[in-house]
Amino acid sequence: LNSILVSRAYGPTVEGEAVVSEEGFSPRYDLDRWTGVITKPGHKLEGTSIVDKICFFPTAKGGIAAGWAFYDIKWKKIAPKAFIFGVTNPVMVQGAVFAGIPITEGWSPHPREAVKTGDWVRVDPARKLIEVLKRKAG
Amino acid sequence: MLLTSEEQAILGGGRGEAARRALQFQIEVGKFWGAERFVPVTNVHMMGDIEVMGDAGLAWLKEEAGSGARCVVGTTTNARCMDFAHCERMGQDAGEAVKEKEIIATLRRMDVVTTDTCINYQTVYQPHLGEHVAWGDTGTVIYANSVFGARSNFEAGPAALAAALTGRTPEYGFHLPEHRRGSFTVELKAKLDDLADWGAVGKLVGESHQNYYAVPVFHGFHRTPGADELKHLGAALASYGSMGMFHFVGVTPEAPSIEVAMGGASAFERLSIADSDIEKALNSFKLGDGDARLVVFSGPQQSLFEMKTLSSLFMDKKVKPGSTCIVTTNSAILKQSRDLGYAKVLEDAGVTILEGVCFYILQNLSPMREKNRWTNMVSNSAKIVNIIGAHRFNTILRRTADCVEIACSGVLR
Repeated sequence: LNSILVSRAYGPTVEGEAVVSEEGFSPRYDLDRWTGVITKPGHKLEGTSIVDKICFFPTAKGGIAAGWAFYDIKWKKIAPKAFIFGVTNPVMVQGAVFAGIPITEGWSPHPREAVKTGDWVRVDPARKLIEVLKRKAG
Repeated sequence: MLLTSEEQAILGGGRGEAARRALQFQIEVGKFWGAERFVPVTNVHMMGDIEVMGDAGLAWLKEEAGSGARCVVGTTTNARCMDFAHCERMGQDAGEAVKEKEIIATLRRMDVVTTDTCINYQTVYQPHLGEHVAWGDTGTVIYANSVFGARSNFEAGPAALAAALTGRTPEYGFHLPEHRRGSFTVELKAKLDDLADWGAVGKLVGESHQNYYAVPVFHGFHRTPGADELKHLGAALASYGSMGMFHFVGVTPEAPSIEVAMGGASAFERLSIADSDIEKALNSFKLGDGDARLVVFSGPQQSLFEMKTLSSLFMDKKVKPGSTCIVTTNSAILKQSRDLGYAKVLEDAGVTILEGVCFYILQNLSPMREKNRWTNMVSNSAKIVNIIGAHRFNTILRRTADCVEIACSGVLR
């Protein structure tokens, strides 16, 4: 199965179900921080839960408050297992490190060529590697 | 990362457990970005309120204070989520207000100066060219980097607080000259007579170039922009584009010319923005279901001159019964606005002035929206129009005078 190399990474190795987004992400602008569901009207993942998922986002959007938001959603047990960004910003990284959530930036190849929503993937920050372990059934 | 003997001492617990944990956290962040060392900072601005921190953040903060966490450089707070004088009327939770007061008390124990403002750069602290600071709230950071030529990354609450405790921050991003060069140019052919127009520029440039390290270089504008105009431009660039810096040729200190701002590069993207682009951007915001009963002047908080403008626009007018108009500013500006009579004009017109808060981070905002049956939010701030989406508002950007008309007529123009 496919694998993706990332440029920068933090955190322990985790496995989980992939959610692949074509649109960027902010936990403040897009996410309902009580359910873990993306609620921003018109977001390409509107209605999708990111709880316990490995989330692939091409970009990070705005938002200093993400730093607290990740810790908050982790404590509420509605955090994703990892954030995989094409391009991210310092707030996302600070927030993820503070909350102990694995985070990576930069990818090759692009996830759209390697992984689909529903696939089971492993994120190994130490090796800067994401592997697709199992395709989504059907 | 290369650590000085002082940093090694902090890591060894020489300055207490809170400082040790803070430095360890900063090292992890620095390693992610490939930082080779730390740089000392002179000033910290942090976001910390119950709406963003939640119970988990509050518990963590109390533990920090209990373990001896104390700021070693001047540290101020960003806008918060409650104005205690208004929270009952606004339908905010009394229990959360108690927690918000606990946060404020805890921060003060840690020597944080609780200014509760997102316009610290207009009212509290103006860093000089090349000064390293650790600021949070994206609008403050982009203003520091661009207009002052100071150096800061976006520092989230925990990261800013870590910098306050250790007096330093990892050297990456906008602390390094290579990230401060322009990436592309934007010729401003538009007139840009209103703050909403500047926000629209930020939307047009930011939305199409979403990247923290993209640095637009503006040029060709027909006059010198004012501080409030640059504030709305920066806030919108940071919000729509996640950008941390821009140059403005002949205006900002690191941009005496396009060539210098671009760091000598010759091949780059060249954009231009005309009046028609601004009109198109404004017209793209439509009234959704429902009505235009909520008008907000916030995000960033209003400066004294914005308060003055609003007071002249609201003079002898009344907010339409059933409509709500909210203005937010900080305590210093509000005091001056009261002394100068601006606040009275606004309050006589039926405007609610909230102190020390920003509208989009108000505690309980989604239930507040439902209770008031607000579906649309009208504002002259492109930033707030962009960021309030998760609370399920349909948002509409309009020019300042139009916003006032909408507040007084209830009719969208």
